[in-house]
Amino acid sequence: MSDLTLDVQVWRGDAAGGAFRRYAVPARERQTVLDVVTWIQRTIDPSLSYRFACRVGMCGTCAMTVNGKPRWTCRTLVGAVARAGRLVVAPLANLPVVKDLACDMAPFFDKWQRAEGRFRPAAAAPADFAVVPPESPKRRAADAGIECIGCAVCHAACDIVAWNKDYLGPAALNRAWTLVNDVRDGARAARLAAVAGDAGCHACHSLQSCREHCPKHINPTAGIAGLKRLSALAALKGEW
Amino acid sequence: MTTGRTEALLWLAQRASAAVLALCVVVHLATIMLAVRGGLSGAEILGRTRGSLAWALFYAVFVLAVAVHAPIGLRAIARETLGWRGVTLEAATGAVALALAWAGWRAVAGLVLA
Repeated sequence: MSDLTLDVQVWRGDAAGGAFRRYAVPARERQTVLDVVTWIQRTIDPSLSYRFACRVGMCGTCAMTVNGKPRWTCRTLVGAVARAGRLVVAPLANLPVVKDLACDMAPFFDKWQRAEGRFRPAAAAPADFAVVPPESPKRRAADAGIECIGCAVCHAACDIVAWNKDYLGPAALNRAWTLVNDVRDGARAARLAAVAGDAGCHACHSLQSCREHCPKHINPTAGIAGLKRLSALAALKGEW
Repeated sequence: MTTGRTEALLWLAQRASAAVLALCVVVHLATIMLAVRGGLSGAEILGRTRGSLAWALFYAVFVLAVAVHAPIGLRAIARETLGWRGVTLEAATGAVALALAWAGWRAVAGLVLA
């Protein structure tokens, strides 16, 4: 490989299997991994499938495995991750492959549903806007996890998801954690019941791969530890 | 009792027993270091523990914490590495807890009542 050319291996295949295919891609200043994949698709092989939307780190659709680690490709500079000009790009781990670099995200978001990841207004909804003081402990706890963009990088990085397919995973549990700290929400007991158990927060070993890889610098492990504490207290009090 | 509730309570039991163990292990290790300074013999150990209600209570609590803590951890390992679940796993966990408690308390009785 020269300084002007990247040696890029891209996983090609579908749910039945596949293999890496090699491409030579021109190196550019401040080029992202998504730029590289897009260049291959538009210049060499239009049949390459991948997924992206916003290109500015907001939508969470372009996550892939880059040189062995899950990353958001639109905000990952090639210069920061390429080893001697080499890139290996594969679909995210722990999700079924649809084709090439595009994964089926349904199992990931199904887990959000199983974790009661929807806001459920309390029965006595306030007549006016609910006032949530920004400095209140619950608001701050929710703030710590609320910027999740649903990219599934944490889900791909999690060893427990890898060995227990039913495990809800860091993103769904982080979502549940933000909701149990939402003072307007009325489904706390049902949510704690949904996230407790050996497929829920109690399966987490606090390995912190989710925290290590989260592109938004969220710490789902901390939220999961909070869910363990709250669900234990709820179980003691017989709330479910 | 739902599975989630059981797991939450077992998690709490394991954390609580870990806190007790942390204290017990420190006292136990400190005692060992002090006890071996002038040589170590069975007679010396029994001289300290025989008829002592304090040592009996201390080691009885230590054994109880072990009997709670270890089986819950083994249960998690068995489930994750062997995929072992269900009634047989719960029965095996209970059996390990009872065996640890029986062996430990028997040893404590040996130290204090000998």
